[in-house]
Amino acid sequence: MNVVPRASQWGELIRSDRVHGSLYSDPAIFEAELQNIWYRTWVYVGHESEVPNANDYVVKSIGPQSVIMTRDEQGNINLLLNRCSHRGNQVCSYDKGNARSFTCPFHSWTFANDGRLVGYAFPDGYEGQDKSKLALGRVTRVQSYRGFVFGSFAAEGPSLEEHLGGAAETIDRLVRFSPEGEVEVTAGFLKHRVKANWKFILENECDGYHPAFVHSSIFGVADSAIGKLYGGASTAVTRDYGNGHTEIDLRPEFRKRDAPMSWFGTSEARLPDYTARMKAAYGDEKAREIMIDGTPHVMIFPNLFIAEIQMFVIQPLAVDDSVQHVTALQFKGAPDMNRRLRQQTMGSVGPAGLLLADDSEMYERCHRGVLARNPEWIFLGRGEKRERQDELGFKVGHVTDEIPSRGIWRHYRSLMEAR
Amino acid sequence: MLSRESSATLMSAVTAFIYKEARLQDEHQYEAWEALWTDDGVYWVPANGDDIDPEKEMSIIYDNRSRISLRIKQLLTGKRHTQTPQSRLRRLVSNIELLDQQPGGDICVASNSMVFESSLRDDTVWAARNEYRLRYVDGELRMAYKKVILVNNEKALFTLSFLI
Repeated sequence: MNVVPRASQWGELIRSDRVHGSLYSDPAIFEAELQNIWYRTWVYVGHESEVPNANDYVVKSIGPQSVIMTRDEQGNINLLLNRCSHRGNQVCSYDKGNARSFTCPFHSWTFANDGRLVGYAFPDGYEGQDKSKLALGRVTRVQSYRGFVFGSFAAEGPSLEEHLGGAAETIDRLVRFSPEGEVEVTAGFLKHRVKANWKFILENECDGYHPAFVHSSIFGVADSAIGKLYGGASTAVTRDYGNGHTEIDLRPEFRKRDAPMSWFGTSEARLPDYTARMKAAYGDEKAREIMIDGTPHVMIFPNLFIAEIQMFVIQPLAVDDSVQHVTALQFKGAPDMNRRLRQQTMGSVGPAGLLLADDSEMYERCHRGVLARNPEWIFLGRGEKRERQDELGFKVGHVTDEIPSRGIWRHYRSLMEAR
Repeated sequence: MLSRESSATLMSAVTAFIYKEARLQDEHQYEAWEALWTDDGVYWVPANGDDIDPEKEMSIIYDNRSRISLRIKQLLTGKRHTQTPQSRLRRLVSNIELLDQQPGGDICVASNSMVFESSLRDDTVWAARNEYRLRYVDGELRMAYKKVILVNNEKALFTLSFLI
């Protein structure tokens, strides 16, 4: 296509039960997505626990843009663009560290970790120059939700809480797994690159139709109970929270099991320290309820996937080039639980993961597949006739239904049509 | 310290072992490769540096002996999609050095390798330093530990689903 549709034309590419293949493969559409999604809406950037101390920094991204997340002397979180205001050189070349300032190696311009220009070499040549006009660029709006830091390049628009909407509750549900109520992102990220469009990743995260087939090789040999969760008889549901946020809610199945920590293939007896700390923090009954229900499986549009025991951050680099950043979730005050979370995550995800290497294979094959000219469309109609509403009014369906994809595309269309 | 003669003999045995391991990997002889491991084997491919603490930080692979076995069982199903069809592979191994051997202890060896992978996605070149601890078990050399330090392990990597 190579011509970006006008606002009125997105409906020709995005219908209720199908989307056009060019949405995944057209470089012009990718550029339009950067402008209308990645550089406008709320995007997950990093977690406060990655910069625990004053002057800590970590380099993150919003799409292809390098973003330095800093905690300044006052303890505030800043999202700075990694670009010297002089000639554009990157001011930070390390993944993380502790620094009060960043000095550009090109002409020695120095920026405080809140972005202010504090000095340049041979200042007599800049007589009368207002340094405050030459600060580092920054992500316009920065907001956190329970330690998860999001950024938006739009000066105005929905607040983060409005953007998260009903999906905020899934993050509330997650942090309860810490006896202290806090997630920590401290285990380092695996970075898994795929030669595929980012939306294949986005849509797969809450696709409950594929596990029985894509992951049959590991379910079969690992004696895993996961397969049944995604079977025809499963009572788990897919959910569309609106704003592109989607979930696979496995609680109905875990509640039937009625066994704390069964969701994680373990038991209270095997995590005695964690169990004791949870009961002390929440009381016996509430702790039991939390530990039966399990952590959420939720895709926060467009790039934060909380996958029960790990979290992924999706980064698009080009129309056919994406990176999945993934780490084990860690819960503050839960050392024995955290060890198991790291071990299970390492086995499952990343370039050699027993699960994710197969998902990634599907992303790449899908990307090559949609380059074929016919039948042009991706069909997303599974379960459209049996959608229903839950008690809060969100659309839900069978765990294998394509409610999540349809929800994602509905929101995508609204963002792309906006001017 | 070993005498010069016994050191040369050991070097020869170790080199033959490493070449054999490379061939079994290139040719996807999964069971024969698994049989090279001792019962306490550890297979480690760190991420984000050479010397991270794998008990605290994420590694690309950090398999104990039972997970090595699981990895092999998965490959043997024939439904490990990322290896169906299998990558075509050839690797060169060189710079083999005996690092240390205490009498009765494990033999510490290092090598460099470069692997050419041809898969459905594309052709990919992988380069690594490999550190081994080898041990004689019933008169045969076995691997008790293999650490593969990819040169680019700080970067975003494509799928690495063959045996590295």
